[in-house]
Amino acid sequence: MSESTRDHLDAFRDALDEAGVTHETVHGDGATAAVDRAVEEPAVGVPIDVVDGVELPAGVATDFAPTDLRSARTGVTRAALGVAETGSVLVESSERADELVSLYPERHVAVVRAADVVPDVPAATAWLAAEVDAGRESYVFATGASATADMGALVEGVHGPSHVHVVVVDEGADASEPGAQRAREVTEA
Amino acid sequence: MSSESRRETAAKIRHLLDTDGPNIEAQARELNAGRVDATAAVEDYEALRSAARAIKEDAIANLPDLVDTVRDAVEANGGRVYVAEDAADANQYVQSVCADADAETVVKSKSMTTEEIEVNDALAAAGVDVYETDLGEFVIQLAEESPSHIVGPAMHKSREEIASLLNERFDPEEPLESAADMTAFVRDYLGERVREADVGMTGANFVAAESGSMALVTNEGNARKCAVTPETHVAVAGVEKLVPTVADLEPFVQLLSRAATGQAISQYVSVLTPPVDTPIPDFDADAFHPAADRDFHLVLLDNGRLDMREDEDLRETLYCVRCGACSNSCANFQQVGGHAFGGDTYSGGIATGWEAGIGGEDAAAEFNDLCTGCSRCVDACPVKIDIPWINTVVRDRLNRGADAGEFDALVEGLTQDDEPAGLDLQKRFFGNVDRVARLGSALAPVSNWLADLGPNRWFMERALGVDRRRDLPEFRRETFREWAANRTSATAAVESVDSRVVVYPDLYTNHVRTERGKATVRTLEALGCEVVVPPVRSSGRAPLSQGMIRTATDHAEAVVATLSEYVAEGYDVVVVEPSDLAMFEREYERLLDSESDALSSVTDRTYEVLEYVYGLVTQRDAPVDRLTGPGDGHAEAGPDAGGTAAGGRSGDHPGVVYHSHCQQRTLDLEAHTVAVLEQLGYDVATTDVECCGMAGSFGYKTDYYEVSMDVGEQLRGQLDADGNRDRVPVASGTSCLEQIESLIARRPTHPVRLIEPGDR
Repeated sequence: MSESTRDHLDAFRDALDEAGVTHETVHGDGATAAVDRAVEEPAVGVPIDVVDGVELPAGVATDFAPTDLRSARTGVTRAALGVAETGSVLVESSERADELVSLYPERHVAVVRAADVVPDVPAATAWLAAEVDAGRESYVFATGASATADMGALVEGVHGPSHVHVVVVDEGADASEPGAQRAREVTEA
Repeated sequence: MSSESRRETAAKIRHLLDTDGPNIEAQARELNAGRVDATAAVEDYEALRSAARAIKEDAIANLPDLVDTVRDAVEANGGRVYVAEDAADANQYVQSVCADADAETVVKSKSMTTEEIEVNDALAAAGVDVYETDLGEFVIQLAEESPSHIVGPAMHKSREEIASLLNERFDPEEPLESAADMTAFVRDYLGERVREADVGMTGANFVAAESGSMALVTNEGNARKCAVTPETHVAVAGVEKLVPTVADLEPFVQLLSRAATGQAISQYVSVLTPPVDTPIPDFDADAFHPAADRDFHLVLLDNGRLDMREDEDLRETLYCVRCGACSNSCANFQQVGGHAFGGDTYSGGIATGWEAGIGGEDAAAEFNDLCTGCSRCVDACPVKIDIPWINTVVRDRLNRGADAGEFDALVEGLTQDDEPAGLDLQKRFFGNVDRVARLGSALAPVSNWLADLGPNRWFMERALGVDRRRDLPEFRRETFREWAANRTSATAAVESVDSRVVVYPDLYTNHVRTERGKATVRTLEALGCEVVVPPVRSSGRAPLSQGMIRTATDHAEAVVATLSEYVAEGYDVVVVEPSDLAMFEREYERLLDSESDALSSVTDRTYEVLEYVYGLVTQRDAPVDRLTGPGDGHAEAGPDAGGTAAGGRSGDHPGVVYHSHCQQRTLDLEAHTVAVLEQLGYDVATTDVECCGMAGSFGYKTDYYEVSMDVGEQLRGQLDADGNRDRVPVASGTSCLEQIESLIARRPTHPVRLIEPGDR
């Protein structure tokens, strides 16, 4: 992993903190367990195959009906990108129903590869524009919990999730790396 | 406007100042502060604005092609595009989509364009229930009111008002009170509406023509749900929302949320290419239907937009991204909100362009005068729309459409202009204030006594709408120009500087605030300049602010003709009044041929007085020690300020608190004044309120006197705040000086009066 990617990753985690998003950084083989720690059941999910062999924990249903979607407390999806500048994750709106899974339950757990963290909105938009050029594609930049100030004060958790957690899968990560440590503390807090 | 309707306007505004005002003010100011911080944090903010504007300019220029492109793209994706000529056409199409879907209910995300066509009423008439899912918009729907702000539709309502509304309507077991409880309750209620809805309707912040993609920006997530949950999705967007490609969204994604809410990015920025691949959740049947069943319609609304595109002056309105920054940055909007400062649909500064463009010119007439042309929104707008100019143009068009009224003959004698007979007398009076001033000086002091006589104030209020509660300007018998002509130049023999300077005798400096003109001459002479004060016509700011463009253009031509001759002979031009300087720098380009060499020769050599002093002192080593610092203690503000400033003697000068003029800020000229004062040793504090509230003639008008004073209240608070209370109030603009005089006990002064050499 290059130096700049490492910088993006640190900036990304700072921006997640800023956006009120909890997060944990793990090696590829630790992803399933990390998702499991973040999930509150019942949970629904779509495959999170960002890295070979990473699978959803057993408690996350991949075969679900609309009522399951409605009653789920957690939805797990992969994210195509992380955006360091804003702490956004880019979630696809595909036939796998990831749009719905990331939107209906009160908790959204997004899994993103460290290598897919880009520095800023221009980089993310350029990537997205290329995707769209390549075919019919739909994505959402999701940043923190859904929120409103329309009822007289800022409230999180409106039509979308009230809590977002990001699992960063860092194939080059050093477990003792300070960023990862801090992230874990945030998760546990 | 008759005195009757002026009273009605005043009464409506007074009411809104008490009801909507406090809620709007708190939120609009917070959003505005957020915008300022969020945009300051962007390194290449100006480049982004330019990039965004360039994309909009090109897109509007190529709009017909983009319509063809998006039609092909959406149809290739499996959707349909309908270009609706007007509101009725759009509504009919949406009704037919709902009928085809056998729709009983529609859920909607917030969209100003659907407000514009009043689609909710059209659907209700067709027997379809419509639910707004944006919480603010839902509150407005329940209250059967109209949005008071284009981004925060329920901004005028307090939490308590919303709670009583919900409690009355839904009668929950536990009365709702906190924002969190209300949000949860409404979310659950609307969640059910979304799950059972047959059609989801959204707007679109942008539409990328080549791929048929649309951007939807929300914080609540309701647009996402409305777009993907029901089987049928109808997006209604103004045709101006088209941009070529998804890549073109980049500057807008970076700008929109910062401008609107001070967020680096909103919670959800969707880039959807409908019909989307998301399977359709059928909550009744508890099954997912295949995405292939999805039905998508993009309704592109014309409703006057294609004509606006051909309209040189209104075209810019189409670049608007509906962020509301012009509302939030506007001092008058902050006080009254969109129910006063808005038309049938749109609100804030840009609303004049929108309402006039979509056929609501009459609606624009109702609120257009609330734009004082202060230009603060020009810097706030992420796509750099010249909003004050649009307001001026529409005001001019409205003037030309007006009928003659009762007092016309009386005022015609006083005024001679190129404007139509039906022009509102108040506008004609203020627009021709140069003639009033000439007579005023010629007849002073009798004119001042007469003007203050009760019966005359009554006439002025009744016929002209000049509020009796305002002090009128006091005309000087000896004008600034006469003074200059009658004296011998006192240019000090300073060899290092050989500047020849024209001091522009603006209307107020020439007839009313003559002392600041004299102080300017003395200051420049002390710094080694040769100074002349030739006869030059008034700038045309007064008629322009009343929408009298033709008259203002006459002024502009005369001013540039005179000044360009001096410039050709090597003179620089120094302007005392910031609003006139702004006129030269900004509006003259609109009024005259923008390629005019004469104009650019003048503007290249024109400076605000303290800006010029700054240049002389910092770049040309002018003898700054000849000017007056705090320790030199020349005294009082004198007749210019009408009283004694709190100026102190050596060692104990209380410092100054400087209020910069709105247009001076837009032109980035505040810093020069502060720098000069500080170099001379003054301890300078500055205000950061948007506007003093006076804005030329605005604060004199009976209809707006109270808004003006309410706006001024913030300035009063800062001028009288701890740490500022003992400082000498200093301001550059005539209006600001007049307003400060009416707000606080201390008499304000122009900065040049502080620094002028003491030996006079």
